[in-house]
Amino acid sequence: MATASDTVIAGNKTLVVNMGPQHPSTHGVLRVLLELDGETVVKAVPDLGYLHTGIEKSCEDKTYSQAITLTDRMDYLSPLGNNLVYCMAVEKLLGLEVPKRAQYIRVLMVELQRISSHLVWLGTHAIDLGAMSVFLYCFREREEILKIFEMFAGQRMMTSYIRIGGVALDPPAGWRPVVERFLKLMPSRIDEYEQLLTGNRIWLGRTKGVGYISGEDAVAYSMTGPTLRAAGIPYDNRRVFPYCSYEEFDFAVPTRTDSDCFGRYMIRVAEMRESIKIARQAMAKITDVGAIKAEAPGIIPPQREKMKTEMEALIYHFKIFTEGFSPPPGEAFATIESPRGELGCFIASDGSPRSLRTHFRSPSFINLQALPKLITGQLIADVVACIGTIDIVLGEVDR
Amino acid sequence: MTENSGEQASTVVQLLRGWNPNAIEEVIEFRGETTVVLPRKILRSAAEHCRDNAELRFNLLTDATCVDRYPHEPRFEMNYHLVSIPRKQRLRLQVRLNGTDPVVDSLFPVWPGANWLEREVFDLFGIQFTGHPDLRRILLPDSWEGHPLRKDFPVEGFRDVPILPGFKKASYDQSF
Repeated sequence: MATASDTVIAGNKTLVVNMGPQHPSTHGVLRVLLELDGETVVKAVPDLGYLHTGIEKSCEDKTYSQAITLTDRMDYLSPLGNNLVYCMAVEKLLGLEVPKRAQYIRVLMVELQRISSHLVWLGTHAIDLGAMSVFLYCFREREEILKIFEMFAGQRMMTSYIRIGGVALDPPAGWRPVVERFLKLMPSRIDEYEQLLTGNRIWLGRTKGVGYISGEDAVAYSMTGPTLRAAGIPYDNRRVFPYCSYEEFDFAVPTRTDSDCFGRYMIRVAEMRESIKIARQAMAKITDVGAIKAEAPGIIPPQREKMKTEMEALIYHFKIFTEGFSPPPGEAFATIESPRGELGCFIASDGSPRSLRTHFRSPSFINLQALPKLITGQLIADVVACIGTIDIVLGEVDR
Repeated sequence: MTENSGEQASTVVQLLRGWNPNAIEEVIEFRGETTVVLPRKILRSAAEHCRDNAELRFNLLTDATCVDRYPHEPRFEMNYHLVSIPRKQRLRLQVRLNGTDPVVDSLFPVWPGANWLEREVFDLFGIQFTGHPDLRRILLPDSWEGHPLRKDFPVEGFRDVPILPGFKKASYDQSF
């Protein structure tokens, strides 16, 4: 591999520049080796692994319920999505049916999560391209969402709220007015961001026509999520392979054909608006009383009250927290539409309480491999814009 | 949460059998997912067929990963998860590899997206992909020894933690 010290290669005409791993616009610790001819990128080689923490190996050493907390730490901008896909994979292995109420709570939470993740993306992307104030506004609204998460899960970021068979806790008292107020407020706030950016000449100049990839190439490079939909392919897991009762919700899958940084920006803004719609519907569907966990003795921990009167409940409680539970041998692959694309979880079980293999199909890792394709031939200033629109989270890229 | 109805899955199996009678070693149906186990030799041509056949059109390679069933042989199972976006269907192709000869054809010529997926499997499992243009480690440093997701690689790693002067050797079973 070329190193930054090989500064002069190919007939003294090009220069190799090291971007990252500490560069603020790489959104973490991504290193990109750029070979430049003047200001034009001739070749780009991403170098990953600075945040590799061996989460997949650790999952093999933990019981199924213990591993949920590890999943929070991959895509730290969308921990609920990670919880969800992991729990869905385990539920698939077990053949467990989740109660409708829990499914709607899950939908509400992951849609709020999508808005918050897109807000962080929008704010940081704008700051990368020089629009300082959008960042402050985006984080103002994100704070509201984190407060909602804290209400529901007791945690702002590493929520671990979604559990195998349902969710951890009943929605807290007084959650409706809080969520309602946020959903009412949010559309006007999105209008505000759009006023700042969508017609802004500098913004258009920095994003229009930058980082184009054709629809065929995007599919060939296994891209998913907003990057694929901006290339005109309406592939959204919520619509194509519905999970968590998404088939009951009314929402649009926004697509565009321009497939540049501006298109991807517009897609994400449109998705935030759709998420508000879905969250409203989910709110209406969540009843005030009902089950939040599946009935599955030996898998779902029993209620505290039951343990005091029933011996079986006490035994199950002890067994779940010492030994864990053993799904039948087999393999399951669950996927959801995370804010970044198709997030998948593949679990192979050998019938023991620990998984034989847990693998996460992380969308930002796979989307990132198209980065050289996006930036080759572009100006060095556009590299930042391209890294931004792929929307990578290095915790998920390196796992 | 079933993604393939049994009918759709059997169509895929029939089409693959019709293309090459020896194409399928085994078909596994579990929880609504279809796994087609292929002989190692025909993986690439079968993948091409899955992508190009007008009735299959599996145009998206969404994931490629490996399972290590050590000490059973063949210990490695390479799993390729395909999606047909126009037909809204998923399929898993599986190839089983022996621990003594963990080599398989790269799918990079079929889907360029296989590039990093295969590099990751090479890095963590040590599977060799013939025809891969750039088979280097991706997550771990180039100087790393061994392939950590193999079952015979301990969670704590192989190497001892260096002992600083004046410290005792750390032990994992010491009680706190």
